[in-house]
Amino acid sequence: MKNLFIAIRFKIFMLFLLGIFYPFLMTGLAQWVFPQQSNGNWIFVNGVRVGSSLIGQSFEKNEYFWSRPSAINFNPLPSGGSNLGQTTKDLKKLVEERKLKLKSLHPEQAEEPPQDLLFASGSGLDPHISVEAALYQLKRVAHARNLDLEKVKILIEQFTEGRQLGLFGDPKVNVLSLNIALDNLNGK
Amino acid sequence: MKVNDYIQFVVFVSSLIAITPPLGSFMAKVFGGEKTWLHKPLSWLESLTYKAAGVNPNEEMTWKKYAMFFALFHFVGIIVLMLFQMTQVWLPLNPQNLPNISWHSALNTAVSFVTNTNWQGYSGEITMSYLTQMAALSVQNFLSAACGIAVAIALIRGIARRSVGTIGNFWVDTTRGTIYILLPLSVIYSLFLVSQGVIQNFTPFADIVTLEGHKQTIPLGPAASQISIKMLGTNGGGFFNANAAHPFENPTPLSNFVQMLSIFAIASALTYTFGIMTKARRHGWILFTSMLTLFIIMTSISLYSEYTYNPILSQNAIMEGKEIRFGVFNSILFSSITTSASCGAINTMHSSLSPLSGGVAMLNMMLGEIIFGGVGAGLYGMLLFVLLTVFIAGLMVGRTPEYLGKKIEAPEMMMVILAIIAPCASILIGTAISVTTPLALSSLTHKGPHGFSEVLYAFTSAAANNGSAFAGLNANSIYYNLMLAIVMLIGRFIIILPILAIAGSLSQKKYAPPSSGTFETDTALFAILLIGVIMIVGALTFLPSLSLGPIIEHLMMIKGQTF
Repeated sequence: MKNLFIAIRFKIFMLFLLGIFYPFLMTGLAQWVFPQQSNGNWIFVNGVRVGSSLIGQSFEKNEYFWSRPSAINFNPLPSGGSNLGQTTKDLKKLVEERKLKLKSLHPEQAEEPPQDLLFASGSGLDPHISVEAALYQLKRVAHARNLDLEKVKILIEQFTEGRQLGLFGDPKVNVLSLNIALDNLNGK
Repeated sequence: MKVNDYIQFVVFVSSLIAITPPLGSFMAKVFGGEKTWLHKPLSWLESLTYKAAGVNPNEEMTWKKYAMFFALFHFVGIIVLMLFQMTQVWLPLNPQNLPNISWHSALNTAVSFVTNTNWQGYSGEITMSYLTQMAALSVQNFLSAACGIAVAIALIRGIARRSVGTIGNFWVDTTRGTIYILLPLSVIYSLFLVSQGVIQNFTPFADIVTLEGHKQTIPLGPAASQISIKMLGTNGGGFFNANAAHPFENPTPLSNFVQMLSIFAIASALTYTFGIMTKARRHGWILFTSMLTLFIIMTSISLYSEYTYNPILSQNAIMEGKEIRFGVFNSILFSSITTSASCGAINTMHSSLSPLSGGVAMLNMMLGEIIFGGVGAGLYGMLLFVLLTVFIAGLMVGRTPEYLGKKIEAPEMMMVILAIIAPCASILIGTAISVTTPLALSSLTHKGPHGFSEVLYAFTSAAANNGSAFAGLNANSIYYNLMLAIVMLIGRFIIILPILAIAGSLSQKKYAPPSSGTFETDTALFAILLIGVIMIVGALTFLPSLSLGPIIEHLMMIKGQTF
């Protein structure tokens, strides 16, 4: 019995140290040093919160660049992927449907749609697309907005994030930031 | 693969080699009772812990007492975790009013987090209140890791001590591991994660209207403080359902790199700690090299598989279940690391991996997670195979085997065999029962070999205390919650109790000086023999079951067969 009490007292002490003090300390520090990041990297347009730069959104209109497919349709409660195996009929069917749809909506593109526009992300909330996926949609978006092709292309280049520290990851484009910049371009 | 991918891999391995000696020697000091620079600011906290818990830090324990406290502490942990989950609606810091959790799910999660498995039958953001995440689950992330390190240190003492019979003090080891190693590292690491974009707040979920006018509710919470220890302690239980694939949990390629490194950091450093404490540094490096070799072999097979052309989808390097900011290479690397170590965090959906990559993930766990492995668990798991190798080598030359000056005899070998066979048996028997039970089969979402893999993966993950999943399986049912809880307990206790018994037995033995007939354990020959024994035990045990799952799926895929 005495031994059990030691275990219980140890657990309670650690609960307060690691479960209360530590997370509150970290929240205080994080909110103080990195207020933008610790709260969710919110993006505001005209003072209205339109999303987080880290959480992908669904785009269906022709005048916006589209995100990758999402198994949860960009509803983050809860996040997740399709979990479909690579040999399943279901995945094959989904990808073929997506390919047909993309081709019919991008008749000007001779080449096959880029991989990342055919396959759903792991989180269902991927905020990025590959540079190829952005360029694939370039003509459609520019046309829908009556914008000069070159102007939109420059915008894609501006919003292309290179490798982090020149080494980690591959170049990518943040869809929400790019689309907000597009809106601004039209507004001017 | 791109040139840049190879460079990233070289940078990863170099970083791992670079951090091993400093962290390893620091841990040797902490557990050897020496003063470090952290003692000045933190030693009051250590003393306060002993006072609060009523522990006598000078007491030396036999293995039986050490094991008794280990088991009691796990029992208390399970009860506390269940209480938090089953009463969270009445407790503070639950801004979304998330309801209380069913008893079987709460039991499964409690066992899962106490045994350092972090198997998750639930989805974090819609199930657990902020308080449950931080005061229940996160606390256990620290403690299960500290207990694992403590057991490894106890085994090292058993090998290093001569004619003593005691292996240290469970409370002192757990306290020191927490206060001088896990907590300070977590504080710095959490801040780094926040700088990359991991959230840390107590704000209720955010309702926003997107650019196109859709409603989106974005979950928030104190994530960074939990994610840092989830990686360092090789726990792996995500704050969010998508785990390290979630942009709030792993926002950038750099955070991904550091997360991968932190999974291996402590386990890798422990090989160095082992070398110092047993005064066999070369042998410590031999263990490190064996682990690294196995890791490179396994990762190469996995990469080969993922970059193999899939005629069904007319592509290779399929992006299903992967994130753009990581790409195919960093997703596969992460999957190999997380299953080699007993982490179980994922940045890609393992069910959507190519068949053989999923198979490598399983094999990594089936080998006993000794490729660096969990914190503490990797080292003592590897030492089981080392003892087996020494024993086999001894049989070959017809001498009583010796290991670092200790004779290895029948009682130790019985414990070694028990600890190696128990998890293997629970994987195979658990899978066999499940694939012949209609109730269990109703949770499957895949047909054909991938469906079998779902079940095999679940039991492998539970027995190896890993926690990752082929998440197509709907495992939040009474059947799987209970079955997997039992397997997780076997995977923890039927390894650790024999380990502590071996530690106790070795600590009593006299020093047997090496002679001309002693098989040297600090040579490349030993490393090769060790890797051979590991592969033979793993392959012989699991080749039949892997053939029915990932291997046949791969062969059918090449022929274009769908399921």
